[in-house]
Amino acid sequence: MIMKSGSNLEKILSSGQFSVTAECGPPKGTSAKVIQKKGELLKSYCDALNVTDNQTAIVRMSSLSGCVILKQVGVEPVMQMVVRDRNRLAIQSDILGAVALGIRNVLCLSGDHQKFGNHPTAKGVYDIDSMQLLQTLKHMRDEKKFLSGDDISGEVPLFLGAAANPFADPFEFRVTRLAKKIKAGADFIQTQAIFDVPKFIRWMDMVRDRGLDQNVHILAGVIPVKSVGMARYMRNNVSGLSVPKELVNRMADAKDAKEEGVKICLEIIEQIKEIKGIHGVHIMAVAWEDIVPGIVEKAGLMPRPIKH
Amino acid sequence: MIVGQQKDFDEIKKMISGYSRLLVLGCQTCVAISFAGGMREVEILASMIRMDRKMAGRDVEIKEEAILRQCDFEFLDSVKDLVADCDVVLSLACGIGVQAMAERYPDKVILPGLNTTFMGLTEEMGVWSERCAGCGNCILDKTGGLCPIARCSKGLLNGPCGGSMNGKCEISPDVDCVWQLIIDRLKALNQLEKLEEIFPIKDWSVSGHGGTRKIVREDLTA
Repeated sequence: MIMKSGSNLEKILSSGQFSVTAECGPPKGTSAKVIQKKGELLKSYCDALNVTDNQTAIVRMSSLSGCVILKQVGVEPVMQMVVRDRNRLAIQSDILGAVALGIRNVLCLSGDHQKFGNHPTAKGVYDIDSMQLLQTLKHMRDEKKFLSGDDISGEVPLFLGAAANPFADPFEFRVTRLAKKIKAGADFIQTQAIFDVPKFIRWMDMVRDRGLDQNVHILAGVIPVKSVGMARYMRNNVSGLSVPKELVNRMADAKDAKEEGVKICLEIIEQIKEIKGIHGVHIMAVAWEDIVPGIVEKAGLMPRPIKH
Repeated sequence: MIVGQQKDFDEIKKMISGYSRLLVLGCQTCVAISFAGGMREVEILASMIRMDRKMAGRDVEIKEEAILRQCDFEFLDSVKDLVADCDVVLSLACGIGVQAMAERYPDKVILPGLNTTFMGLTEEMGVWSERCAGCGNCILDKTGGLCPIARCSKGLLNGPCGGSMNGKCEISPDVDCVWQLIIDRLKALNQLEKLEEIFPIKDWSVSGHGGTRKIVREDLTA
């Protein structure tokens, strides 16, 4: 089989194995140790680890640097890249550098609006959007050319990812949007966190109706919820998330909220695994990375395929 | 039209603090419609300045005037004598009017009393909102007559992003998601298939990123 990037994630997904990815938030500081520790912790429990890119518009160590640090401890990174903070020049040059440093997976995102973060008066860039970012990177990889048409020297082996949010509105258009992302160049998809499984199933039905599951690897996103406060916050304050009331109630009634959060997460993974067209799970344990090994184990997703 | 908003009085006070002979000059066109810089606002602002100076025990002499269009050189000569008689002009026009005055009266200090906020319309009495970003290459034919560049918080050409909920933008429940509106409208017009196509990367050079914009029509120039 001809590989686009030769990344571990690409190999696992193309071989038809169920994949596990997780997330690693870089520090608000200069310590490589924070990332090394998260890397060491999750190394054997996931196939690749996403490094977020100034998530929620809060300044952190760059995704590119975080990815390099992960590679140094033997973890395959997925470099997240948002179009909020860089124009087409910066994007293309960062990609050249990322490839040179051995990064093979890139997740293309719009990025949370700068208004949410710790620099709300910043000028958002949005020179291109996430769809066009996918197109740009596909063009760089397949044509070996910059957007300008100039030749790129060297290969650009990349496995291209995109996000999909089945829970944002308008619901019917979300499948069209996925189709567009695939057309733009997405090889894999990591979805928004799933709490509302029935709605996700409805979305996947529509995805399969259009045959889209044949053209892209969909990794279903999950978030283990740590407390009832977090569940409530996500239900009421995070745009584009659908957290059912029953889930909040379960968290509220639980004796041990953390245990209940893990239980819910495992139940969701169990249901997701049964959905046709789902090729993996993406665990976003925001500030709770050390719970990931237990979840992967209990979900019956161990051992992970050996990396080559 | 251009929508303006008067600056905070404190900021205006600071700006004019060194001057005692003022011309407060309004504009009767766009900014009068947004109740920011017409004759009425000129009169109110002038009274506020007089009152403030009186309380501070400082003299001030203020002339009040509003002309039809401060952005048009041909209207600017009518205030020649008023301008000559003052130390400073506090303009309540948009940024274009302020600059036109500065260009016509190179020896005079011209100060802005307004913030030029956006190109938009009056939704209802007292409510204005943005409609156009002046990007230099109109795409409204492709987006159902609603502009994502001016009205999507991220200016996305292939929206909506994952933050669109119940028709609202992720940045605030008071902001409509324009992509929801675009989809609703194209659906009603039976043109939803337009959004199956990926909108190509935009040429921003014509939107001001290619340098200051200027149009020269040879057929009209002398």
